[in-house]
Amino acid sequence: MKVLYQIGEYVMLIFQAFKRPDKGYVFRRQLFIDFKRLGIESIGIVAIISLFTGGIIAIQMAYNIDSPFIPKSTIGFSTRQMLVLEISPTIISLILAGKVGSRIASEIGTMRITEQIDALRVMGINPANYLILPKITAAMIYNPVLIIFSIFLGVFGGWIAGSITGLVPSSDYLIGVREWFEPFSLTYAMIKTVVFAFIITSVSAYKGYTVKGGSVEVGQASTEAVVASSILIISFDLILTQMLLS
Amino acid sequence: MIEVKNISKSFDETRVLNDISTTFERGKTNLIIGQSGSGKTVLMKCCIGLYDVDAGEIDYDQRRFSNLSDRKKKNIREEMGVLFQGGALFDSFTVEENVMFPLNMFTNMTMAEKKERVNFVLENVNLEGTNQKFPAELSGGMIKRVAIARAISLMPKYLFADEPNSGLDPKTAERIDILLSELTKKFNMTTVINTHDMNSVLQIGEKISFIHQGQLWWEGSNKEIMKTDNPQLNEFVFATALTRLLKV
Repeated sequence: MKVLYQIGEYVMLIFQAFKRPDKGYVFRRQLFIDFKRLGIESIGIVAIISLFTGGIIAIQMAYNIDSPFIPKSTIGFSTRQMLVLEISPTIISLILAGKVGSRIASEIGTMRITEQIDALRVMGINPANYLILPKITAAMIYNPVLIIFSIFLGVFGGWIAGSITGLVPSSDYLIGVREWFEPFSLTYAMIKTVVFAFIITSVSAYKGYTVKGGSVEVGQASTEAVVASSILIISFDLILTQMLLS
Repeated sequence: MIEVKNISKSFDETRVLNDISTTFERGKTNLIIGQSGSGKTVLMKCCIGLYDVDAGEIDYDQRRFSNLSDRKKKNIREEMGVLFQGGALFDSFTVEENVMFPLNMFTNMTMAEKKERVNFVLENVNLEGTNQKFPAELSGGMIKRVAIARAISLMPKYLFADEPNSGLDPKTAERIDILLSELTKKFNMTTVINTHDMNSVLQIGEKISFIHQGQLWWEGSNKEIMKTDNPQLNEFVFATALTRLLKV
């Protein structure tokens, strides 16, 4: 029953958030602030994780493919495919659920308990629209950019790791990276990324917006936001994969 | 003038406000007083539309406000300034951005006009030169004054303040009281202040409504309150050693 109530409350909040902003330029200003806070400030962690993950995948592939009948270029191909299809869109989104999701939930939750959201309401402003819509929009625009960046860095990380360890010759790896590329795999990755961006921002905003109590509850909401977003990301990963690739 | 007519409000099974009727007059500081848990904050939140009332009506200068949708309340809300207990300043904004926020949302003023208005209201609350400070850099009294500046930036007809001097030292608390009273006169606002501070009551209480157990028990001025024979009000007013010394 509580779950149904929360789903209803979430849908109503998102409906409120997706109304036309009161002032276009105020919305645009908030959007650019959120591009910076949610997108640009995530570049560092995305870069480090992608670079290392690409390297790890390439090395693991090299250790597992030791048959002389399988060309070394398969390592480059597999690394790219794993990054495009799963690692970058899903794993990076899970990491962003932790970083960006907790930030959104705690920011909005703190605004709730310190009456800042009430202040917006009594000024005649739609707080859901003012606070949540720019965050959702920013993440849905910026996350695909982050994921493409992550794919490139992951492939680069695999190349560096393969070359340094001597497990994959550079030329073989680069041939593999360019082999049998299907543009739809990138479309699939982008569709997943946009859906995950919506999940991360809307669920976290909902958890923060509905906080009641004090700092303990804000912390709890932040944790719940990360857990709920992560579970939803994995669930929708399965659903979208079945829908788009089967 | 704000008219509150027979309003009641319950949360689950608990009735917090019970058939309250009163008026808050223009150009006066109207005080709602009562012990903690008496229902005065709920009454104020009903007046500003954060809670819907279960029964009764609230009118702003003959315009119905209670139980309208947020969209329909918007016109009256633009004429309202609210000072929350903790100030409710936006942490990521500077003082100037906080005060300018309602101007950005509801006016088509140029940046120069907005800056002029911000400086004017900051001057009125004695905070000139603090434009670029963030709320975290301000003292409790300064936060309250910035919140007052933001509340009056649109030159509202109605000003609400929820326990404006709670948590402040007596001197700063008195400054806030005097400031609210002066602004009320200067801009001819209908000011409603929620307090349980007897210094505020005696200093600026032109019209006082005493709420006890969710009901309106007494109304009068700060001159009349010291002579009242209402036992519940006397218990509230003369609860401290200092006020007992003043007993007539």
